[in-house]
Amino acid sequence: MTTQALFGQLLIGLINGSFYALLSLGLAVIFGLLNIINFTHGAQYMMGAFVAYFLMQKAGLGYWWALAIVPLVVGATGVVIERLMLKQLYKLDHLYGLLLTFGLALIIEGLFRNSFGSAGLPYSIPESLTGVYNLGFMYLPKYRGWVILASLGICLATWFLIERTKLGAYLRAATENPALVQAFGINVPRMITLTYGFGVGLAALAGVFAAPIYQVSPQMGSSLIIVVFAVVVIGGMGSIMGSIITGFGLGIIEGLTKVFYPEASNTVIFVIMAIVLMIRPQGLFGQR
Amino acid sequence: MIFKRKILVAAAAMALSAGAAQAQISGNVVKIGVLNDQSSLYADLGGQGSVTAAKMAIEDFKAKEKGLTVEVVFADHQNKADVGSQIATKWIDAEGVDVIVDVPNSGVALAVNQIVRDKKKVFINSGAASSDLTGAKCSPNTVHWTYDTWMLANGTGSAIVKQGGDSWYFLTADYAFGHALERDTEAVVLKSGGKVLGKVRAPINTQDFSSFLLQAQASKAKIVGLANAGGDTINSIKQASEFGIVKGGQKMAGLLVFLSDVHGLGLDKAQGLILTNTFYWDLNDQTRAWAKRFAAANGNKYPTMVQAGVYAGVLHYLKAVDALKSDDGTKVVEQMKKTPTDDPLFGKGSIRVDGRKIHPAYLVEVRKPSESKGPYDYYKVLATIPADQAFRPIGDGGCELVKK
Amino acid sequence: MAQLDPVATQVHDPVWEARYHRNGFLVLFAILVVAPFLVYPVFLMKALCFALFACAFNLLIGFGGLLSFGHAMFLGFAGYVAAHAAKVWGLPTELAILSGMAAATVLGVLAGLLAIRRQGIYFAMITLALAQMVFFYCLQAPFTGGEDGIQSVPRGKALGVIDLTNNIAMYFYVLAIFAAGMLLIYRIIHSPFGQVLKAIRENEPRAISLGYRTDRYKLAAFVLSASLAGLAGATKAIVFQLASLTDVHWSMSGEVVLMTLLGGLGTVFGPVVGAFIIAAMESYLSELGAWVTIAQGIIFVICVLAFRRGIIGELEAFLRRRRKN
Repeated sequence: MTTQALFGQLLIGLINGSFYALLSLGLAVIFGLLNIINFTHGAQYMMGAFVAYFLMQKAGLGYWWALAIVPLVVGATGVVIERLMLKQLYKLDHLYGLLLTFGLALIIEGLFRNSFGSAGLPYSIPESLTGVYNLGFMYLPKYRGWVILASLGICLATWFLIERTKLGAYLRAATENPALVQAFGINVPRMITLTYGFGVGLAALAGVFAAPIYQVSPQMGSSLIIVVFAVVVIGGMGSIMGSIITGFGLGIIEGLTKVFYPEASNTVIFVIMAIVLMIRPQGLFGQR
Repeated sequence: MIFKRKILVAAAAMALSAGAAQAQISGNVVKIGVLNDQSSLYADLGGQGSVTAAKMAIEDFKAKEKGLTVEVVFADHQNKADVGSQIATKWIDAEGVDVIVDVPNSGVALAVNQIVRDKKKVFINSGAASSDLTGAKCSPNTVHWTYDTWMLANGTGSAIVKQGGDSWYFLTADYAFGHALERDTEAVVLKSGGKVLGKVRAPINTQDFSSFLLQAQASKAKIVGLANAGGDTINSIKQASEFGIVKGGQKMAGLLVFLSDVHGLGLDKAQGLILTNTFYWDLNDQTRAWAKRFAAANGNKYPTMVQAGVYAGVLHYLKAVDALKSDDGTKVVEQMKKTPTDDPLFGKGSIRVDGRKIHPAYLVEVRKPSESKGPYDYYKVLATIPADQAFRPIGDGGCELVKK
Repeated sequence: MAQLDPVATQVHDPVWEARYHRNGFLVLFAILVVAPFLVYPVFLMKALCFALFACAFNLLIGFGGLLSFGHAMFLGFAGYVAAHAAKVWGLPTELAILSGMAAATVLGVLAGLLAIRRQGIYFAMITLALAQMVFFYCLQAPFTGGEDGIQSVPRGKALGVIDLTNNIAMYFYVLAIFAAGMLLIYRIIHSPFGQVLKAIRENEPRAISLGYRTDRYKLAAFVLSASLAGLAGATKAIVFQLASLTDVHWSMSGEVVLMTLLGGLGTVFGPVVGAFIIAAMESYLSELGAWVTIAQGIIFVICVLAFRRGIIGELEAFLRRRRKN
């Protein structure tokens, strides 16, 4: 394996890492701020891809429209879920939230599978992003380059929003002491609802990014979600920066494994998770 | 009236004939069970379409006029060997099913093969690939219709090498089926004078093949062989188009691809793909006429070779049952092997002693979008492999039914 | 954690409880003895294996307060080992099942040592990750037959004498195993060990301050649960003469959670009822494919929102209320 070819593989790993980072970001936001394990995340990612497909098929609206509309639409479904169902579980053990979202994931995936079968639906790469860049050591499809940059941008923007702005500060305070923050006149329940919607919107956005390169199929979320959970656990379940760094990092590690020992590329993330949990149970960037 | 009397007379005759226990249709009903994947990976290549195909066969056979009552039931095995076995067992034990058809997914097929053999019913497999069904695991109760791994490997492998594709790189799904397909195709490529420049194994259900495709590109092999199936094949083809593999001069060889897969991908992604099928709806007037009828009953989806195989298999089965006036499993399969086959889809053919149905295979290439003139107009036929060369020689399979 | 088993925390009258359980067992086994002559026995055997699996799972969550999201690894791996033992090594049925159970026990110790260090969500996630590793191992290891699984596993003879290919004989064999497993679990729950476990579940710091090595108790509960899940898996492989990837897939881990939740977490009979219902749903709705998944999801959602005590839990609460009045 030449160094050139190796660079190519690293870049590919970075692309996959962007998906992991974007998805684990949504999960980390939801868990870190709401203490809910959102098992529905995979299904919401899948819905994002499907809504993008429908916008194209039924309304003739292309990729760029989808980027704006899809997170709002799917985020809205998230708001409905939170209002109707999750709200009632906050006073209970966190594991009920896990079970509820697991059940919702089954329902959503089942409904989509029923209506659309499993072969998957085609979605084209937008015109402006077709073609490849000749980087010398590899041909990088333009679209994939866009995915890396856009994901990085969104991850950093989200991190900034939550860790460095006043809104983010309110959010973090509300998680620790909702009564006190409510007493200051801030509508805590509404913030929580919107936060969940935001996390879901991030998942849906990842779905739009994925639609042109992976088949739009009802199973696309369930294969990914378990891996993303591992990423979040390794990064530290509430840490935003942790999931971003771990997401990209694990993408690269997985990419390297695909080159040197491809049969293990599925398992390597779980092995790392087991090791991290043994040495540093709160995750690489988490707090006890 | 005459019709009813015919049945009464026939029934009386049957009841009176000595040793008639074997020459009877159990329960007076021939029950066909279509067992396949109705809800996931393989739902489009078989699924409800196979049920439609079976019903069409019953209609075309004119079962009622011949005095046979034929029913169809169906179930979803969800690609799980345990679910499939349980359904097959329950069907035979408790519901009087006489013949099980379709069954894609080799794992499930092998399990059903054993059950049907133990209970002496009939198994007509159209959907699965494993050549073991007519080899090491052959059974006097099983007929393997449409295709198998040997035919795919040899058809696609040798035909492509003959056409000039003599250097290969394999992208293989890392499980038994993928390994088998890779091994068989590699053997054929080498025998035909080609070279294998490398291979890479990807875990099954991989979403992202970019890393593996990059390696395939770097190898500069003329042909990238996809030894995988279902979602893996679709994903690898889609991403290959993204990385410009075909545009860069390499050709993709899909070792197991169905019409429904090409439909799901769209011609712009699948163009240039080379594959082998044993049925295509646009081959001749008979296939076209049948396909139009099928599509009308199947939501305008055109038939895959698996669904065609279900139709032809059920038709031939009913002819055998009618000739014997019995649905005794082992005897019916014997009859099916004795009688040459003739249907509008596969033409004239036969079933060998090992249960293998013999018919020609077609090496096809997926058209460019500009070349396609209508819905499902996807393939251009590059070569026809005659029936006597398309399948594994009868002595090579290790089937115990074949006398040396 | 205490809120995850709303039934068990109530104050009990041990005499009434013992009588209730005894009557429950009598009714249950009376039905089960007669059932194979009325209902297709192969379905019943499937339900019994799942019921044992769910009871084993319930030991860990209902009484230990630990939600494992990877229990399929014990069910499935034991199944593979038992299948291999019966088919390739030619062991008699009893030894094959015991080998499967032993394999699950070892796996339980290894997994437990890793998982017990954490609680709650983290514990669930670790078990999920470990189960995934077992899944991928089973996918690729040559002895498991990968996607095809291990097929044509011989049923053998019970005690070397009774031919188990007869479904009725096989049924009573499975019933005996199920009864042994259930009664063992019942004894564990009502033993001093079980009491300590409950104490740990309700307030671990207090248990520690009382001098209990809580880690050891939790590990013991985990290993017992794994071992019995393995028994269920090994038996299932023999009954269906097949060991496949379905039994190590994470959706199977999800199903056992569903069965226990539906039946009633922390109750003795709940998992059995839940298992029978879910098995029935799968068998009788199998023609509808995706609808089974949707139905399971709906049941999950309803149970979590409005029916947390599960069927038997609600029944027990009703009986207790009636007793009070």
